[in-house]
Amino acid sequence: MSTTLFDKVWDSHVVRKIEDGPDVFFIDRHFIHEVTSPVAFLGLKERGISVLYPERTFATADHNTPTINQHLPVEDALSANQLKALEENSKEYGISHWGLGNVKNGIVHVVGPENGITLPGATIVCGDSHTSTHGAFGAIAFGIGTSEVEMVLSTQCIMQPKPKKMRINVAGDLQFGVTPKDVALYIISKLSTSGATGYFVEYAGEVFENMTMEGRMTVCNLSIEMGARGGMIAPDQTTFDYLEGRLFAPKGESWDSSVAYWKTLKTDADAIFDEEITFQASDIEPMITYGTNPGMGLGITKSIPSSKDVAEGEETYVKSLGYMGFNQGDAMIGKQIDYVFLGSCTNGRIEDFRAFASIVKGRQKADNVTAWLVPGSHVVEAQIKEEGILDILTESGFVLRQPGCSACLAMNDDKVPAGKYAVSTSNRNFEGRQGPGSRTLLASPFMAAAAAVTGVLTDPRDLI
Amino acid sequence: MAYDKFNILTSTAVPLSIENVDTDQIIPARFLKATERVGFGDNLFRDWRYNNDGSPKLDFVLNNPTYSGKILVGGRNFGSGSSREHAAWAVYDYGFRCVVSSFFADIFRNNCINVGVLPVQVSAEFADKVFKAIETDPKTELEVNLPEQTITLKATGDKESFDISGYKKDNMINGFDDIDYLQNIKSEVIAFADKLPY
Repeated sequence: MSTTLFDKVWDSHVVRKIEDGPDVFFIDRHFIHEVTSPVAFLGLKERGISVLYPERTFATADHNTPTINQHLPVEDALSANQLKALEENSKEYGISHWGLGNVKNGIVHVVGPENGITLPGATIVCGDSHTSTHGAFGAIAFGIGTSEVEMVLSTQCIMQPKPKKMRINVAGDLQFGVTPKDVALYIISKLSTSGATGYFVEYAGEVFENMTMEGRMTVCNLSIEMGARGGMIAPDQTTFDYLEGRLFAPKGESWDSSVAYWKTLKTDADAIFDEEITFQASDIEPMITYGTNPGMGLGITKSIPSSKDVAEGEETYVKSLGYMGFNQGDAMIGKQIDYVFLGSCTNGRIEDFRAFASIVKGRQKADNVTAWLVPGSHVVEAQIKEEGILDILTESGFVLRQPGCSACLAMNDDKVPAGKYAVSTSNRNFEGRQGPGSRTLLASPFMAAAAAVTGVLTDPRDLI
Repeated sequence: MAYDKFNILTSTAVPLSIENVDTDQIIPARFLKATERVGFGDNLFRDWRYNNDGSPKLDFVLNNPTYSGKILVGGRNFGSGSSREHAAWAVYDYGFRCVVSSFFADIFRNNCINVGVLPVQVSAEFADKVFKAIETDPKTELEVNLPEQTITLKATGDKESFDISGYKKDNMINGFDDIDYLQNIKSEVIAFADKLPY
């Protein structure tokens, strides 16, 4: 029978099917961080059970870490306590731990791929919804709750009904200045934040085939923002080239046999999806969000739609625009902004910093803008320095911070003040996401850079 | 952690008709710093419920003494966003045992079941009836019958059935959880793992 990429990986990991219930689903690789794991370890202790396969779990501190002075003790007592719990739990159960200050430390969804832990055909979970990032490699990867973290620690399995399958095709070539982030924000704006709920998505078509691994990670990362549990892209030569030689990637003969297996991981020509959608790349322009969920996005040259033209009910839509301080019919270009955040598991990789630097080079940061540039990992930070990007940023008046999730969810001190506008390369523009009362405009690194040097929303194509 | 058994719940309900309520609203990230599962109910809907100085926002439904009960009725696409189970913990810790909506985000729905909060997905029409009934009479009661998989508006007798897998239903009725199940099949898991490529 013809099967999809998703079927091949899912079906090969089902330990047991429960009648009128979920599948017992085996997890190859498990990432943990300081925020969603402590209660899971507590649960293990209360039940008196242990970690079944400590070598399959990888711990990194990221959500709650400062992005300056990481060599000093963490000031916030609660944050310090979570970091300590992660370290101690990892040590107690024999789990590898990349804590603050470790050269491999960084955002979980950046360091996993960077170290070759993420592999095609693997099943990967983490107590974080953006685990969908790893689907870029042809893995099934998705976020789980803390109860499920405890399940994976204790038995390397979770209990999940198999999701339905959706394929999203983007045909043709992207236009000048349009990035993977714009592709994802465009799709979400068309499907809404619940359009893919209950589905697992496969991205297909020339646009994704021609994308770098980092671009694919950005797209798969945002799958959750359309409600999908995850998204994946069939592995190809681009995937293999990225992985070869990375720390945990197979080596020697094992590499050859792995690549042979990975080449089988694709959707059969006549396989059927529960839902199939096709978009044209030529319809996509640089995107910006204007509301309080990632589905409320539009092309930068467009104006905010009228309540009559949106799916949300009047009350919800008016509340959202009221929070943002915007009006129906407003043009986006020219709106004054206060903060710029470059970073996160969505856009905190080296290509994102290259893109940002390409626009700010030879220009100066606008005086009204506070900019936080936060690399996704120490490896990214080192690349920024090696490639001379840091020099460009410094000359343009920007400062580079240290790795972490930072202002994406503002658990640390990187909080956008109430009422202020932030152009952010992160993934969520929910009310208060970047600090109580903060107003977030999601965009690509190009868009963020254009806003950072002009102080207002600007079409990045004018500056590239 | 095993949780309270769930059978038939009859209660008044708290209405929150706004759509796309995300988990950052249910529990903002800055309140995720605990290392134990205690006290999350205090910060449920924190930024909608309290002003910056900690005083209650009187126009928010949880601060309105007219509405109370063990059932929260939410707008469409309830619980979107983050996978934080803290959102489900906060709902539970506040005292809710059931959330009703015409559409749930996937991970939140799953997390609810895992912590003993029953997510009941109803049709948009039924959700409208529930909101109207509560608006008309805040003391109106809903009956959520898990064994029969039905939800009933007591005042009018309007009734609708809801979906839940037989496995999850048995778990909730008996107060079992998935970890109990998985512990019992560990040897099968180990034998399976030995055959995998990674």
